[in-house]
Amino acid sequence: MTSRRRVAVTGIGAVTPLGVGMEESWKRLVSGTSGAGPLTRFDASGFDVKIACECAGFDPLDFMERNDARRSDRFTQFAVASALMAVEKAGWSGLPYSPEKVGVVVGSGIGGIATLEEQHRVLLERGPRKMSPFCVPLLMLNGAAGAIAMRLGATGPNHAVASACATGAHAIGEAMQAIRSGQADAVIAGGSEAAITPLALGAFSTMGALSARNDDPERASRPFDAGRDGFVMGEGAAVLVLEGWEAAEQRGAEILAELAGYGSGADAFHLTQPDPEGKGAAAAMRAALSDAGLEPSEVGYVNAHGTSTPYNDRVESGAIREVFGDPPPVSSTKSATGHLLGAAGAFEAAVCVHALRTSTLPPTINYETPDPDCPLDYVPNAARESSVDAALSNSFGFGGHNACLVARKAS
Amino acid sequence: MEQTIGETQVLETMKESLKIFDVSPQDVRTDATFEALGLDSLDLVELSVKIEDAYDIELGGDDLEGIETVGDAVRIVLEKVAARA
Repeated sequence: MTSRRRVAVTGIGAVTPLGVGMEESWKRLVSGTSGAGPLTRFDASGFDVKIACECAGFDPLDFMERNDARRSDRFTQFAVASALMAVEKAGWSGLPYSPEKVGVVVGSGIGGIATLEEQHRVLLERGPRKMSPFCVPLLMLNGAAGAIAMRLGATGPNHAVASACATGAHAIGEAMQAIRSGQADAVIAGGSEAAITPLALGAFSTMGALSARNDDPERASRPFDAGRDGFVMGEGAAVLVLEGWEAAEQRGAEILAELAGYGSGADAFHLTQPDPEGKGAAAAMRAALSDAGLEPSEVGYVNAHGTSTPYNDRVESGAIREVFGDPPPVSSTKSATGHLLGAAGAFEAAVCVHALRTSTLPPTINYETPDPDCPLDYVPNAARESSVDAALSNSFGFGGHNACLVARKAS
Repeated sequence: MEQTIGETQVLETMKESLKIFDVSPQDVRTDATFEALGLDSLDLVELSVKIEDAYDIELGGDDLEGIETVGDAVRIVLEKVAARA
């Protein structure tokens, strides 16, 4: 291994269907709670799918002035709230490094889609002159990254990334690269999504990606289970504070975990279906492990992409078996949170950090009927105490984007 | 100078519209600049759309350019309303 800079995680913030705050979300996660329920963000009576995992109880005014809230799409509000909670956890009062060395990489799958839909309606019903002058800043996918930089005064490298359901993982991976290269000393990294809107729901529904278990929302997201029928749409954000290891130690930070590996690749196969042989997924996992300098046998937990779609869960299980031979426990936290889309990869990396710190593996809930195509140990239904030194998190996005991260116990 | 009923009414509408910008009504005086009230150029555009809707008038870019104070805005609105009549 070269003298490449190590990357430390020093703070985590999140807004999820399990709660406002990472601690709250983790607590509910390991207690086997579901964040799913009837869809309430808009009137879904005309839709085939009437369920979602919503961030009820999130009030942007707890994190920003009314004027800022007005100038932010919901996805930006989630991201800013998460970033503020993360830096507080990291013990930052102001910036611990020069502003130009503090960067932000926060992505989203689709950005300000609620704003886009609302403003499109204004355009059609009342004409272009009645559109909000804030339409562009609210809907742009980089809005969250820009807003976070403004709140923190961080003038370092700053952009959004987008790779659909792999966005959050890619954001963290790219942030790692910025720190490793010395381009930044710290990066606020993560993903955010607020796409529980008529257009997005209709779009995912019409492609057959969503579970239609409307009569039993809390049991609809059932990754790896034989009765799975699609994912449940979620919303939320997760943001991690990443710092150069030595710099974090020097300022006396409490290091939560190390981000040791990042693997990124493409299926180059189909716009929405994974390569049935899982070659791209396996390659990304291997790349992340190799980047971390770890053998598969050294990984004690895998947080799967595990969307609860028939295809993904089968292909991913096969790919995990291919890479590991004898895989460690694998769980999908999407069973509890639903699919957070652009935020998923970031939240799931945060889950790995917590699993390492607390020696607790979160469960795959709603696991009732094993599927012969999914033969692994999915930590069914109840969290499990297990001291692990390294965890792997998988994120596979529509478009064939594969991003895997390896977290190691802080030492 | 005594305010005409037209001015008073428009000022009241202005106070109401400015609430969403977190401006308290007592700060809304004719000599107050929008800048001092915390509005930037984008906010002004948004405000103008609300005023347009309230009085069924059109405020173009040229109209907005000269507006610095609440009084300026009230004057423009009264002009436009009179022109429409």
